[in-house]
Amino acid sequence: MDSVHSDRPGEGQHIPIALKILIAGGFGVGKTTLVGAVSEIRPLQTEEVLSSASEATDDVSGVEGKTTTTVAMDFGRITINEDLQVYLFGTPGQDRFWFLWDELAFGALGAVVLADTRRLADCFPSVDYFETRNTPFVVGVNCFDGIQKHSPDSVRNALDLDPDVPVLLCDARDRQSGKDLLIALVEHVASRRGDRVAAH
Amino acid sequence: MVADPRRSGQPDWLDMDAGPVVRPYTVTGGRVKPASGFDLVAFVVAAPLDRVDLAPLQPEHRAIIEVAQRPVAVAELSARVDLALGVVRVLLGDLLSAGLVASYEPQPAASLPDNDILQAVVNGLRAL
Repeated sequence: MDSVHSDRPGEGQHIPIALKILIAGGFGVGKTTLVGAVSEIRPLQTEEVLSSASEATDDVSGVEGKTTTTVAMDFGRITINEDLQVYLFGTPGQDRFWFLWDELAFGALGAVVLADTRRLADCFPSVDYFETRNTPFVVGVNCFDGIQKHSPDSVRNALDLDPDVPVLLCDARDRQSGKDLLIALVEHVASRRGDRVAAH
Repeated sequence: MVADPRRSGQPDWLDMDAGPVVRPYTVTGGRVKPASGFDLVAFVVAAPLDRVDLAPLQPEHRAIIEVAQRPVAVAELSARVDLALGVVRVLLGDLLSAGLVASYEPQPAASLPDNDILQAVVNGLRAL
């Protein structure tokens, strides 16, 4: 593989800034649905292959007994302008994939935690994770079938959230509702920093 | 069993449920140690196709170069060439050391984004 090109590829091309937002919550709560509702592209999927050999070896010797697991991550994209893109990553639903969360959360702007009031405990691990990492997050209470059974305040109490964490009712299938969650998150990020995002 | 090349190219006794027929890290020659960098949202750009000698490259390297003719995020590249993230990172490392791609890593979260960027995101989301 000889280099045939001395200039750095991409030199002079326009490289956008990408912001990363995580969509978290329990299994089946509507994470991929939300990504699909707001993404300008059909949600894409990338995979990470977990292998017990991946840490220790750099060749193929002695890996006959290894097991592999594939974890899929769904994501979507929103182009804000030519300089700015937002990537939305749905987090893998199972706790044993925590190490993938670390990669996803690294450098992330913040997270949306989707909650289903019928299974509220499912979102506890996500809330714990972002609180521990000090990652800004908002909670979206997904109202399946348009039925609102709980108020945002009762969810806030049940989750024992800090008073400044926004809690919104939402419908993960609805584009406007998804946009509202993302806007609430970005405003929350700004306010945590002491800045205010001007209202329009 | 040999697939009939006049047919669709996929032997019909295999469907998506069968999973990949090649183990994922076979295309890297078993190398699993990820190259450093290549964040999920780092942008990768390849050298222009007409300036790359594709002949000595693996098909997977070529696929990456073709998709990365325009800046593309690593996660999206992985999805579009249909290779696992770790595999794509190893292959990108090859291409990077050959000078055939460049990677533009995202700025550290601490310094980014400033309030102008947050404002632009809010405005952009409202305008969608």
